[in-house]
Amino acid sequence: MTEEFILSQSDGRPMYLQIMDQIKLRITVEDWNPGFKLPSIRELAIAAKVSVITVKRAYQELEGEGIIITRQGKGSFVAEIDGLGRQLREDELDGYLVQALEVAESLGLDIGTVRERLYEIAVDLGKMNGDET
Amino acid sequence: MSNQLAISMDGVSKQYSHFRLDDVSIQLEEGGIMGFIGPNGAGKSTTMRVIMGLVLADSGEINVLGHAIPDDQARAKMSIGFASEDMNLYPTATLQWHMDFVRSIFPSWDQQYADALVKRFDLHHDLKIKGFSHGQKVKAQLLLVLARRPRLLLLDEPTTGLDPVARREVLDELMEVLADEERTILFSSHNTKDVEQLSDSITFIDRGCVIESQDKESYLERWRRIRFEVPEGSRTPTLPGVDSVQKAGRLVSMTTGNFEPDMPAILQDQGAVIHGVENMTLEEIFVAEVMSSRQGEAA
Repeated sequence: MTEEFILSQSDGRPMYLQIMDQIKLRITVEDWNPGFKLPSIRELAIAAKVSVITVKRAYQELEGEGIIITRQGKGSFVAEIDGLGRQLREDELDGYLVQALEVAESLGLDIGTVRERLYEIAVDLGKMNGDET
Repeated sequence: MSNQLAISMDGVSKQYSHFRLDDVSIQLEEGGIMGFIGPNGAGKSTTMRVIMGLVLADSGEINVLGHAIPDDQARAKMSIGFASEDMNLYPTATLQWHMDFVRSIFPSWDQQYADALVKRFDLHHDLKIKGFSHGQKVKAQLLLVLARRPRLLLLDEPTTGLDPVARREVLDELMEVLADEERTILFSSHNTKDVEQLSDSITFIDRGCVIESQDKESYLERWRRIRFEVPEGSRTPTLPGVDSVQKAGRLVSMTTGNFEPDMPAILQDQGAVIHGVENMTLEEIFVAEVMSSRQGEAA
C-alpha cells in the first residue's frame, strides 16, 4: 500500500509536492477512495524515505485543498466528496491547459489559434478524423 | 513529535590555534533527524565531539538527553551511538568479536537486530576486519552502534565513500530507526541530496560558525531563483533581500533567501518580463549561503 512511494531524484520539484502528487494519483485511480484512512505521517515518511516534516507539509497542503481531512487523534482520511477522483483528473487536465494558454499568450497566440492547433494535433495523432468538422 | 530536546547547545565556543568553534547554538527535538552540512574543516566533527563529551568546550552550555555535558557524560553516553570515520575497528579481530565486545558493555544490545543487520548489510561474522572493504568497515561500525538501539545517533559522515547500493542500505536503516518516535539522529554529510531527503531540520556551518539552523521545509521555502528579462537599455530592477544577481545580456537570474510571493509582481512593475520562479535545491542554497556569508566577512 505505502511501499510504492518512490520519489524521483531527477524531479526538480520540492519533495512535498511529489508526495502530494502521489497521494492525488492514488485517489485519481480510486485506489484510495473517499473515507480511506491514510498512513500516519511517520509511516509514510519511512515508506517514502523522506523526512517526517516533508510528509507533514504534504498533508497540510492537501488539507488546505480540501482533499484530505485530519481528525485529532484519529489520523488523516480522504475527504468524503462524491466523484473526488474524477475531479482530481479534471484538475490535472486543467493544469496542463492553463500552462498551454500561458505559453500561447507569451507567444502572442489567441485562444482561437490554440483551439485550431489542438484540433490539428489530435488529427495528426490519429485521435480524430480530419474530415469531421 | 514531543518537544523535548535531545540536543541543546547554547553559545558553545572552543579555541584552537588555527580554528575557532564560535558561539555554536543547536537545538534538536527528540524524534527528529538533523542534517549537519558544511565544507571540509567547517567544524562539523568538532561540534559532534563536543556533544559527545570528547572535546571540552571553553564556554557555553551543552545538554544531551537531559544530561549536562561534560559533567554527566558517562550517563549520556549509555544512550548515544557515535560513529565517525576517525574511529577504527581492530583489524585482526572479527566482526563477531566486536559484537561480543560491545554487547558486554551495553545492556541495551539487541542480538536479533544485530543478526538481521549483518544480513541486510551483507557482512560476515567470522571475517577479520582487515579483510573488509571500506564500505564494509563503515557498515560494520554502524551496525555496532545501531544494534545498541541508542536514543541518540551521532553519525559523522555515515555515507561518505560508500557505493550507491551501500549508501541506500545505510539510509534505509536510518529511516527505520525513526519509526520509533523517541529516537533522534544528528548526521553530518557532504551529500546535500541525502540531507535534503531525510532531514527534518538542517544546520549549516562554515568556518566554525552556524550560518543557519532551521526546519527544512521553511528553509527551502524561503529560497527562490527568479529568472526574468529586462528590455534593452533599461535598468535592472532591484529588490530588497536579494542574495545574488547574475546578468547575461537581457536575461537576469536573481536568487533570494527572503522570498515573498509579491516579488515577481514588484519586478514586473519595474519592466521585467518574468520567465520563471524556481525552487532551489539544498545544494544550490548551500553554495549561495557559504558564498554570501564569506563575502560578508570579507567586507
